[in-house]
Amino acid sequence: MSLTHAADDITGYTIKARKVREQVAAKIEVEGLNFYYDKFQALKNISLEVPTKQTTAFIGPSGCGKSTLLRCFNRIHNLYPGQHTEGTIRMDGYNITDRKIDPNLLRSRVGMVFQKPTPFPMSVYDNIAFGVKLYERLSKSEMDERVEWALKRSSLWGEVKDKLKQDGQSLSGGQQQRLCIARTIAVKPEVILLDEPTSALDPISTGAIEELFTELKKDYTLLIVTHNMQQAARISDLTAFMYLGEMIECGDTDTMFTNPSKKRTEDYINGRYG
Amino acid sequence: MTSQALPVADGGLYRRRRWANSVFNFACVGATLFGVVWLALIVFELIVRGVPGLDLGVFTTRTQMTGGGLGNAIVGSLLMTAAGTVLGTIVGIAAGTWLAEYGRNGRLANTVRFISDILLSAPSIIVGLFIYAIMVRPMGHFSGWAGGVALAIILLPVVVRTTEDQLGLVPQNLREAASALGAHRWLIVTKVCYSGARAGIVTGVLLGCARISGETAPLIFTALNSNQWTSNMNEVMANLPMTIYQNMTINSFIPDLVQLAWTGGLLLTATILVLNIIARFVAR
Repeated sequence: MSLTHAADDITGYTIKARKVREQVAAKIEVEGLNFYYDKFQALKNISLEVPTKQTTAFIGPSGCGKSTLLRCFNRIHNLYPGQHTEGTIRMDGYNITDRKIDPNLLRSRVGMVFQKPTPFPMSVYDNIAFGVKLYERLSKSEMDERVEWALKRSSLWGEVKDKLKQDGQSLSGGQQQRLCIARTIAVKPEVILLDEPTSALDPISTGAIEELFTELKKDYTLLIVTHNMQQAARISDLTAFMYLGEMIECGDTDTMFTNPSKKRTEDYINGRYG
Repeated sequence: MTSQALPVADGGLYRRRRWANSVFNFACVGATLFGVVWLALIVFELIVRGVPGLDLGVFTTRTQMTGGGLGNAIVGSLLMTAAGTVLGTIVGIAAGTWLAEYGRNGRLANTVRFISDILLSAPSIIVGLFIYAIMVRPMGHFSGWAGGVALAIILLPVVVRTTEDQLGLVPQNLREAASALGAHRWLIVTKVCYSGARAGIVTGVLLGCARISGETAPLIFTALNSNQWTSNMNEVMANLPMTIYQNMTINSFIPDLVQLAWTGGLLLTATILVLNIIARFVAR
C-alpha cells in the first residue's frame, strides 16, 4: 500500500515527507483514531503513517496525548476497563484494534519500553529469558545465546556478563533501562515503542541509549515519545507534533525543526509554550 | 547549652519547648519499657518454672496418668499445625491473589474482604463449635482432621490479608512491563507478582503458623486430647495446648503433671519465638 494513496484520505495536515519517502513502506497506518478515558476524549481523529525501520518521534506539551497514542499500538490500554478506542490502526494489513486480534500475540510483535525502568524481581538472565520463554521453546544453550545477543545489542553485555545471576533490580538506573531494552529486543519484535525512555536517566546513560537507538533502527521500527526536542531532532527520521489530542503536524524531522508549516508547531519548537 | 550558644529571641518559649520535648521523650521510653517489662516477666516466669522439668524424657515419653512426658502432645500438635497451615495457606493465597489481581474493587471483592476481616476477629471457640457441628457430629467422633481444619480457618484471614497487601505493593508498572512482552494474566501473577511478594507472604504465613500452634479453644471440640501416641488424623489427637490446660486444671493435684504443663508452656513459647525469628530472616 503506497503512502500517496492513503494520504488523500487524511485531512488537516501536510506530510512533506511524502516527497522524500516515496519508496519507504508504511509499517503502521492510523486512520481516524479516537481514544476515550471513560467519557474524556484524549485523542481526536488521529491519522498518520509510521514508516518501517525508521524512528518516528512524537513531541508535544504535557497532556497532549503522545503516550496515550503510543499505548494504543500495543493495546496496553486493554488492561484497564473504561479505556477504549474508535478508528483503525493497521499493521501489516491487520487491523490491530479489532477485538478478534489477541493482544498478547500483538505484544510479542510490538515491544514497549517504559519511562521508569521496570526490571522484574529476578536475576538478569531470567529477566531477558522471561519474554522469550513465553512464545519460543529454546534449549538451554540457545537461550544462553539469545540472552547474550540481546545484552550485546543493548550495550550491557560487558557490564553484566559476570553477574547474570544477580538480581535485576540491583543494577544502576541506566543499566536497568538498558536491561529493559534488552528484554524487549530479546523477543525479536518488529516494532519497539519507547515512552520517554531516557527522561529518568542521567546525561551519560541517555547518550549511550541514544546511540543504541541509532543501531536498533537498522532492524526495528522505533516509535519514541519524548519531551526533549533536542533528542527528537537528534535521533528521529519523522516527527509528529501533537497538541490537546490532535495531530497538528507530521513530517520529516529536519523540515519540521527548520521550517514547520503550522504556526503552532513553530511556537512549540521555539519554546513559546510547552 | 555551652557558652557558645546562639542567642534566642524568646528564651522562655524555647525553654518550655525543650522541657516539653524531654517529658515527651521520657513518656515514650517509659511506655516502651512498661510493655517490654511484662514480656520479660512472662518469659522469666516460664523459664523459672519450666526448665526444672525439661529433659530428654519430655520429648520421648508420652503423658501418663501421674507424669511422663510431652512427646505425644508435641507430635499431635505438629501434625495438626502442619495440616492447618497447608490448608489455610493454599486457600488463603488463592483468595488473596483473587482479591488483589482480579476482584480488586468490585462489589464481590469488597464483600469478601469484609467477611475475611470479620473472620480475623472471630472468637476461636466459635470456630471450634462450627467445626464440631459440621465435621465432628457427622463423622461421629473427634479427629485430628477436624482440629486441622479449625486451625486452618483461624489462619485463613491472616494469609488472605497478608497476600493481598503484599501483592498490592508490587508496582503496577511491573505488571504493565510483563504485559507488554505478551504475558497472559496468570503468568504475570505467578512469575512476576509472586516473586516480588514472596518474602512478605512467607513471613505472613510463618507468623500465622506461630499463632495457630498455640490455639486451644478450637481444639476443645474438635481434636480433644489423649494420653496416647496419636498419629492417625482420623482419631482423637493429642496436642500441647490442651495438655497444658488439662494439667493445670483437672490434674492440678498431681505436681508432676503441673510441672509438665509449665514445661509445655515454655516449649510452646520457644517455638513461637523461633518461628518469629525465622520470619524476620525471610523478610530480609
